[in-house]
Amino acid sequence: MTAYITRRLIYGLFVLVGVNVFTFALFFFVNSPDDMARAQLGAKRVTPEAVAKWKHERGYDKPLFLNEKSTGVAKLTDTVFFEKSAKLFVFEFGASDQGRNIGYDISTRMWPSLAVQLPAFIIGLLVYISFALLMAFFRATYLDFWGVVLCVLMMSISGLFYIIGGQFVFGKLWNLVPISGYDTGFDAIKFLALPVLIGVISGIGSSARWYRTIFLEEISKDYVRTARAKGLSETRVLFRHVLQNAMIPILTGVVVVIPLLFMGALITESFFGIPGLGSYTIDAISQQDFAIVRVMVFLGSVLYIIGLILTDISYTLVDPRVRFS
Amino acid sequence: MMPFIVEWLWSDALVWLLVVAAIGFALYTRRHPHLRAPWARVARSASGMAAATVLAAFVLVGLMDSLHYRAALPQQGGKTAYATEVRSLLDRVLEPLRLTREKTYSAPLATHLYAKETVQLQDGTEARVFPRLRHGGAHLKDPQADWCLDVAMKAFRGLTFGLLLWFVVAIGICAAVARGRDAGIEMVWRDAWAGRTEVPWRAVFCALGLLCILIGPVAALAPYYHVLGTDKVGQDVLYQALKSIRTGLVIGTLATLVMLPFALVLGLMAGYFKGWVDDLIQYLYTTLSSIPGVLLIAAAVLMMQVYIENHAELFPTTEIRADVRLLALCVILGVTSWTGLCRLLRGEALKLREMEYIQAAHAFGVSHWRVMMRHITPNVMHIVMIALVMDFSGLVLAEAVLSYVGVGVDPSMISFGTMINSARLEMAREPMVWWSLAAAFVFMLTLVLAANLFADAVRDAFDPRLIVGGRS
Repeated sequence: MTAYITRRLIYGLFVLVGVNVFTFALFFFVNSPDDMARAQLGAKRVTPEAVAKWKHERGYDKPLFLNEKSTGVAKLTDTVFFEKSAKLFVFEFGASDQGRNIGYDISTRMWPSLAVQLPAFIIGLLVYISFALLMAFFRATYLDFWGVVLCVLMMSISGLFYIIGGQFVFGKLWNLVPISGYDTGFDAIKFLALPVLIGVISGIGSSARWYRTIFLEEISKDYVRTARAKGLSETRVLFRHVLQNAMIPILTGVVVVIPLLFMGALITESFFGIPGLGSYTIDAISQQDFAIVRVMVFLGSVLYIIGLILTDISYTLVDPRVRFS
Repeated sequence: MMPFIVEWLWSDALVWLLVVAAIGFALYTRRHPHLRAPWARVARSASGMAAATVLAAFVLVGLMDSLHYRAALPQQGGKTAYATEVRSLLDRVLEPLRLTREKTYSAPLATHLYAKETVQLQDGTEARVFPRLRHGGAHLKDPQADWCLDVAMKAFRGLTFGLLLWFVVAIGICAAVARGRDAGIEMVWRDAWAGRTEVPWRAVFCALGLLCILIGPVAALAPYYHVLGTDKVGQDVLYQALKSIRTGLVIGTLATLVMLPFALVLGLMAGYFKGWVDDLIQYLYTTLSSIPGVLLIAAAVLMMQVYIENHAELFPTTEIRADVRLLALCVILGVTSWTGLCRLLRGEALKLREMEYIQAAHAFGVSHWRVMMRHITPNVMHIVMIALVMDFSGLVLAEAVLSYVGVGVDPSMISFGTMINSARLEMAREPMVWWSLAAAFVFMLTLVLAANLFADAVRDAFDPRLIVGGRS
């Protein structure tokens, strides 16, 4: 099993190298640093001196891969690729194009993101599974039918409308919670309640429907018929046998997103004014801060790959077939 | 001289190419019973057929908006000049909506502006009043007294016409069915309502009836009022909502079209050849799918924006620039989303290559290329078809989110995303401006819901597991 995990880790590292090279190509080959400088400075202020100054301040004036002017190892290290891309592997994120320390920003802003995402994730999972179990328990009845109708209807509504509608109803109409903002400590709860609630509601449609399909697929298997033939009650069959076996496909989709919770939710955070990584990314995109976008792309892939490896590990824990093969 | 010249935008050309391809595919399918069978199952699904009816209405609007032209200007000195503005057929039809600009916000069907203005009265004093609209309800002499009756009368007339149109179309369908079955129209009509026909015409008639009941009054009122109000710059919201349809449809269809060749070729190659080809392709899609979707799209769109800004000379007009941006967005969405389907197709190809008929083909000396084209591709088409229809609604929803993030369509292009984006701050206004959002919500929900229901019907009809198991 250790060998298996090690193999997955090495593969993950290879994938990260691929991501790194890909982002580098995307950011430096499609447009030259000159183009980016011009886009950043705006059309009016572009002079060759300003472009050169902008590039020099941010270290984009070095050669891309090979610095002929330097000697020894510096030939390879004193380049844009090494400074901007390779250093990401040791989590040295450098400065943003606006001159802020990205590493510091990320370390402070990931906690508000997590404060929204983690409760939304846990409550969401409980709600979705319960709702799906309810539909599966009453399968082929009106409750099941209208449950599915509700799911399809809810998944046809854009996430933006859930946020706008939630802010309107809970914030403006009923005045229960502030519309947006953030605070530290226990005061944060009143700011977090609505984003968490909306995060849960907006996911019900697709998730509950998906879990229902998984449960129904499991219910139609032979071992369930055997369990019923033994005389087990329907509740016991559902909770003891079906739920446990359905956890395997559910785990695939769930464990992989856990590390990504750090990244926050772009839209939610920007609507609710939560100073997390999601709103950080949105601000970077609107200011065309390429350094931050590049770092976030890399960080996102790192977290995703951690999620994949966690999924593999969790498989070995829940599924004996994987453990012994 | 010609009164107009046709202007082919890139996306128009691709949309019509798609239409031609779809017609060709339909004709091909008609002649082959085994291809026709799943579509016949789709046609037997009531919700699927109702959704298809609604989708057809949306597609009609989208296609009308995909025929662009430039009108001829009044002649000057014998030479014909053409306007620089590119208009579509839909713009021409909706001319009364497009040209009747108000000053700013006005509520649906209103006769007065939504904000008070200081106006000079005849006796020289100033007063804060709600001024009359320039176009909305301008034909009324005394809005307070006449408005209610006028709106009701026009809506009623529209409703009557709508119902009449519905009846004619429904009878037309019955007549067509009757000719095929050698039965009387009346009998088909009665069978359809009793649910005895093979194709659930009752669902189609209901969906069609609902559409006609809605469209009739709206069409009757639209020349005189702003049925869905006006936005901040006084533009008719109904016009914006109708224009958004094309953007959504183009993104939903062209992005999947871009994705398809990548997924099909790479997925089949990986599954068929196995070995290092498989390893390489797996590595490729793991790498690409490990980057969170929105970030990857954002990064690519940012780069595209910089490119367009630095090469402004390539895009002479706003329309062309917006169109190229729309296409580039489709390409980016396609290139970033092929991994899921690719994985599915790889798995299927892995299974198929071990089948006996493939082994037999090998034994006869059929080349790899031909085996893949003739023997494997047709047998994975059901997966492709399901993926195509399932992805559509997700892409329409994604457009709205991406436009909000600032990496969606060009800000000058009307889309659901830009509509929501500009309307969301209006919720904070006192009194609230709700109609822009409501219009975007209703149109988007209808389109996505219809797409989802249709996709479900297609999946149920094409998925062999569901057909064999007899479940739905």
